[in-house]
Amino acid sequence: MSEITQEQVTQQSDPYLSRFEALEKEGERGGPSWVFPIRKAGISRFAELGFPTIKHEDWRFTNIRPITELPFLPVLEPSRETISEAALNRFAFAGLEAHRLVFVDGFLAPDLCQIESLPEGAIVGSLAEQLKKESKEVKDHFAGQINGEENAFTALNTAFFQDGAFIYLPKGTVMEKPIHLLFISTGSERGMTTHPRNLIIAEPHSELKLVESYAGLNDIPYLTNAVTESVIADEAHVEHCKLQNEPGEAFHMASLYSHQGRSSRFHFHPIAMGAHISRNTIRTTLDGEGLECVLNGLYLTYGKQLADNYMTVDHAKPHGESHEYFNGVMDEKSHGVFHGRILVRPHSQKTDAKQTNKNILLSGNAVVNAKPQLEIYADDVKCTHGATCGQLSDDAIFYLRARGLNYPTARRMLTHAFAGEIVERIRMDTVREELDRLVWDRLEQMPRLAQTAE
Amino acid sequence: MSKASETIDSFVNREYSYGFVTDVEQDSAPPGLNEDIIRFISKKKEEPDFMVDWRLRAYRYWRTLEVPTWAKVYFPPIDFQSIVYYSAPKQRGEGPQSLDDVDPKLLETYEKLGIPLKEQERLAGVAVDAVFDSVSVGTTFQDKLAEQGIIFCSISEALQNHPELVEKYIGTVVPYTDNFFASLNSAVFTDGSFCYIPKGVKCPMELSTYFRINAANTGQFERTLIVAEEGSSVSYLEGCTAPQRDENQLHAAVVELLALDDAQIKYSTVQNWYPGDEEGKGGIYNFVTKRGLCKGRNSKISWTQVETGSAITWKYPSCVLVGDNSVGEFYSVALTNKYQQADTGTKMTHIGKNTRSTVVSKGISAGHGQNSYRGLVKFNKNADNARNFSQCDSLLIGDQSGAHTFPYIEGRNPTTSVEHEATTSKIGEDQIFYCNQRGISTQDAVNMIVNGYCKEVFQQLPMEFAVEAQKLLGVSLEGSVG
Repeated sequence: MSEITQEQVTQQSDPYLSRFEALEKEGERGGPSWVFPIRKAGISRFAELGFPTIKHEDWRFTNIRPITELPFLPVLEPSRETISEAALNRFAFAGLEAHRLVFVDGFLAPDLCQIESLPEGAIVGSLAEQLKKESKEVKDHFAGQINGEENAFTALNTAFFQDGAFIYLPKGTVMEKPIHLLFISTGSERGMTTHPRNLIIAEPHSELKLVESYAGLNDIPYLTNAVTESVIADEAHVEHCKLQNEPGEAFHMASLYSHQGRSSRFHFHPIAMGAHISRNTIRTTLDGEGLECVLNGLYLTYGKQLADNYMTVDHAKPHGESHEYFNGVMDEKSHGVFHGRILVRPHSQKTDAKQTNKNILLSGNAVVNAKPQLEIYADDVKCTHGATCGQLSDDAIFYLRARGLNYPTARRMLTHAFAGEIVERIRMDTVREELDRLVWDRLEQMPRLAQTAE
Repeated sequence: MSKASETIDSFVNREYSYGFVTDVEQDSAPPGLNEDIIRFISKKKEEPDFMVDWRLRAYRYWRTLEVPTWAKVYFPPIDFQSIVYYSAPKQRGEGPQSLDDVDPKLLETYEKLGIPLKEQERLAGVAVDAVFDSVSVGTTFQDKLAEQGIIFCSISEALQNHPELVEKYIGTVVPYTDNFFASLNSAVFTDGSFCYIPKGVKCPMELSTYFRINAANTGQFERTLIVAEEGSSVSYLEGCTAPQRDENQLHAAVVELLALDDAQIKYSTVQNWYPGDEEGKGGIYNFVTKRGLCKGRNSKISWTQVETGSAITWKYPSCVLVGDNSVGEFYSVALTNKYQQADTGTKMTHIGKNTRSTVVSKGISAGHGQNSYRGLVKFNKNADNARNFSQCDSLLIGDQSGAHTFPYIEGRNPTTSVEHEATTSKIGEDQIFYCNQRGISTQDAVNMIVNGYCKEVFQQLPMEFAVEAQKLLGVSLEGSVG
């Protein structure tokens, strides 16, 4: 039995392994020599894991066959296609008052970037550059959190990544303006795969506001396989918003690994709207006392979309506080998946963890799967989770109808309010306003909500 | 604090009071499992041919399976060839015709366990089917029940006297292809209870089965089948104990419930198999498949379980709600202490319209106990207006224990609603202080708080069982507060 599976794994990962061998020969593209062993570890981890199937507990509801069936064409050199600065305006957050890094097919496009007067010592730029400089910060933290990672896509990213953002805030630095990372895939070919890789380091007492958004030019099946590592030191505050708005045929796999120190604060808002199949993996390690971690996500799907949210919150030290709020609205034949796991390690006493997942199905063909899990090994903790799935409350609809609104209007209002719960928690004003508008427009596109007749 | 921890120690070290062994001559099959053993079991029980075929099919299917590993329980691999699959107290002569013919030693055993079979006849209240290792040793009240057309007997007896009913219903709720342990059970089950409630009859008394493992190295594989015809209702109780031994013994039972139109079945379990010693040595592996099928309209199946024993408990009493307006309920208290592990919960599958289900699960972990709730609530596409409410709470006592929750929710219908809530907490020092201040000892306070915490579930139990369950919990918790 196991032999067959191993064989299948090998067969399936063959094109990936041979592509890696080719990369190995190209030398230059593999980046500086100290990075190569890390890449190598990535590909061997990938060979070991293989792509997950729905028999894998963590992937039960997300069948990635459409991705594995695509030809594997990793983008290893910058695209020739140029995007004019004016063309940027069609993407979300284009008008945002922010420092901006633009990546085209996973490579930094310096002409499109906009970085002004950074605080002293702060670095906002390309990761590939930093890897070459071999600075201490990069060497200390790069690929520092992915050991033993079970996710094959992360391993694949480690093997093939080319570039991504590097953000470094020295001790006590406060970044007033948000930093916007815009990832654009040209999608010039079916199976084109980009592997953006980001590293974010916030030293003690620093403060960072970050917006990350993904979009594409052509609506064809391509894959974005992104990995972000953040290191949030003692008493640092990071607010991070991620908007996934890839075209409807594209695939999006993203992983975030964060490590938090004492009394730090991390707020993460992943918003998933686009892509055919998308998965957002979050693994946060709460490695200090008195810290706060908020994961606040929204997924809106229609058509045949699938949006998967997978997270592990690891309470490794006492007195930690974590909150997870995830809302989903599914229409037509789309599919929403939520998997949340709160792990409270032995001795992590006085942990306060809350997890909420709410889902609305607008259509009879939509599906939702929720797995809110608690794994607790300490006795003096407060942990709760709640999950709901269903429709809007009849009472609320009745209340509005009794006041003269018709049914479709009442339903629209309540659905917008449901999504608004998540958007409201974003603290960056300008980002929130823009997202509010985007979420509104997106919901208006939902066929059931758009219906005006009863 | 030190006083409190002393009490905890005494609780944790409390001995299992049902750990004695009854010395009766056993009639056993040689250890191991093959087709001959299955034929031997079937022949020994003089079963009709269809049963042998069914068992063999199950066995052949079982051989293609591997031991599942997904549960959050850890145990060394089980050697299925070293288990004795058939063991029965030797019968004298023809076998018992009535309770008077039953070996007095066996009756004594049940008396020690607090189930006096003879007295029960006079006390009138609960009809008992007593299962000793692989066979049923006696069933009380059969005559009285027969007057109303109720069949309540061991499944072996049912295979003799009502083969058509058994053939019609066995495996309809839990097919032999269901899972590893259900397949094994289908191949080798030796006894269990059979209960048939005819149309429109309300069973006048509680029916109950008492399971006892006695022989060493044996596995106990019993199969219970309850069929409630249209408009009938029944309440059924199950209890179990086993001697104290250093080896682990396997108990893999299957329970099938079938409720037709307007029928109601209430199934209550107080499980107190030997849990192993302080170091986690010995104890029963309780790997059980329990499922109820609400086939008819307006039918109802309710599971209540109090799980305090077993080294490992791994079971999910489930309801498949096929009939429109049918109702499924699951109330559970699972306690793990010492090195016990429990991975238990329920599955509620909503298929019919307007189906409703309620899940209330209370986990208590003390000592090194690991307690997991794992549950599935599933709404199929046609389950219009189905509702579920789930609540799973965990109480942690001591910092070495663990409590885990793994719910799965699958929705495919926009008119349904499911609410799931879970909390984890410990007994607060302030709560204990409040009680101490009013002259209640720490131990009593803990018992009070835990009993209050489990009240919702105990309320569902029939009266006698509720009292027993409360006591059992008190015993199991003694000394566990710090």
